[in-house]
Amino acid sequence: MDYVPALARWLHFMAGIMWIGLLYYFNFVQVAALKAATADGTAAGITKHVAPRALLFFRWAAVVTWLAGATLLGGQFVNAFTLQGGMAAIGVGAWLGTIMLFNVWALIWPNQKKILGIKPATDEEKTKARRVAFLASRANVMLSIPMLFFMAGGLSHRGVFFGM
Amino acid sequence: MKNPLDSLWGTVISGLILTLILYFAVKCIL
Repeated sequence: MDYVPALARWLHFMAGIMWIGLLYYFNFVQVAALKAATADGTAAGITKHVAPRALLFFRWAAVVTWLAGATLLGGQFVNAFTLQGGMAAIGVGAWLGTIMLFNVWALIWPNQKKILGIKPATDEEKTKARRVAFLASRANVMLSIPMLFFMAGGLSHRGVFFGM
Repeated sequence: MKNPLDSLWGTVISGLILTLILYFAVKCIL
């Protein structure tokens, strides 16, 4: 059935745009906006109304992106993750995406719950949570650059970049 | 030393350097 990989690719793109789009929103827009909003006493608008909604779509888009990507790899899933059978380039993209998914669910979301008051935390725990969530988010921005390179050029355009 | 991830430019440049490193590593494998 050719419909499954075709639909998986479509879903992978849509969910991936939502995931990475929100990641870039957090890092390129919200971090600086929150600093300015804290200074003029309007931070609650972001932390109460914007951030929880953005995080909801962010973390679930990450899951959908990964699942659609795994479906897209299909029978080549193991070859990609073991970097074999000519799948090393897309495999590196898949590994980077997987590490980023881990960062979302194991580091960013649990710490954001403390920061936003969804989970009770002391001021000291909140300060630590802010730093961990910030660095995990920034690490994901850094990883997204090679991840998108290998996603874009690692399989369908591998002839251009890797001469195969 | 300052953490490059503390600035957006540091983050983007780190990502580009990582891309180059991984590109040549994968080129060796393929």
